[in-house]
Amino acid sequence: MIETITQPWPWYTAGIIIGLIVPTLLFLGNKHFGISSNLRHICAACLPSNIPFFNYDWKKESWNLFFIVGIFIGGIISAKFLGSEAAIVIHPDLALDLANYGITDFSGMVPKQLFSIEDLFTLRGLIMMVGGGFLVGFGTRWAGGCTSGHAIMGLSNLQWPSLVATISFMVGGFLMANLILPFILSL
Amino acid sequence: MMKSQQEETDFEVRSLDTMCLNESNLNHPWWYNFKYLAVGIVFGIVFVKAEIISWFRIQEMFRLQSFHMYGVIGTAVVVGAISVFLIKKLKIKTIHGEAITFSDKKFNKGQIYGGLIFGLGWAVTGACPGPLFAQLGTGVLAIAVVILSSIAGTWAYGKYRDKLPH
Repeated sequence: MIETITQPWPWYTAGIIIGLIVPTLLFLGNKHFGISSNLRHICAACLPSNIPFFNYDWKKESWNLFFIVGIFIGGIISAKFLGSEAAIVIHPDLALDLANYGITDFSGMVPKQLFSIEDLFTLRGLIMMVGGGFLVGFGTRWAGGCTSGHAIMGLSNLQWPSLVATISFMVGGFLMANLILPFILSL
Repeated sequence: MMKSQQEETDFEVRSLDTMCLNESNLNHPWWYNFKYLAVGIVFGIVFVKAEIISWFRIQEMFRLQSFHMYGVIGTAVVVGAISVFLIKKLKIKTIHGEAITFSDKKFNKGQIYGGLIFGLGWAVTGACPGPLFAQLGTGVLAIAVVILSSIAGTWAYGKYRDKLPH
């Protein structure tokens, strides 16, 4: 049993549990699954500075902040107690390609050779961490949701605008991973 | 009068987004929110254990080198859609006896422009907003910078949203 938990979980287990989060949040209090709104609540709570978009009663949405704190705690629990430190098995082509850019350590969830405090002082690290984060925050809010709000909640509720958003996410991702990222990694 | 106007603006601002419009009329104490914390913990564990927050898995997805992420998202949508269908069909209520409501999403161009921008960021950071918090939880301190920057991005959007096409 313990071994089953400490092994990486297959896609269908994860997919079923994540799918079940949609009705769970609805049962618990008619809450719609979504995460990126939290970034907006944080702006509204900390720095609304008279911008109409941030002047609303964010406290009414505080359940959402509890939800992301939970995600953070879940990350701590799995890293500390559920054994996730082993290097993950990645596609050999990806491993070969990343080695060209000096990325050879595949342990942990994010490549240590790209996402570290020291890397913040390199152009590559700055673009990836500060630039990448900015694009995520700006893009999700402009799109009105992220993978959870559009791709999972929106599609579950058969909303075609969410399909448009999901396709746009994927197009952006394909462009970046295949055309732009190789250039950034070579910096 | 002032108050109702404030409430109206509030609703309008929220309805343009994916935020809940389904406010509860029940007044629960704040600690009732801990049930959402519990759901978040389960979600965070799945994120890590199924390697959904792995930068490498996201790269594989966008290079068509692995089925993993497609399987996760696809299964989640199917399970979610069946659940939503059943909730609507059987008119299931919340545990507090309130009706479960759904609102339609309106199309606007932001879903394309913003979607593309988010996609670019997703492939760089290897994370959408949820996974960022789980990555930080696993102890990668530098992710705090990514999160702060994503908050700055959201703030910049709010600041310049009138000038952007929707």
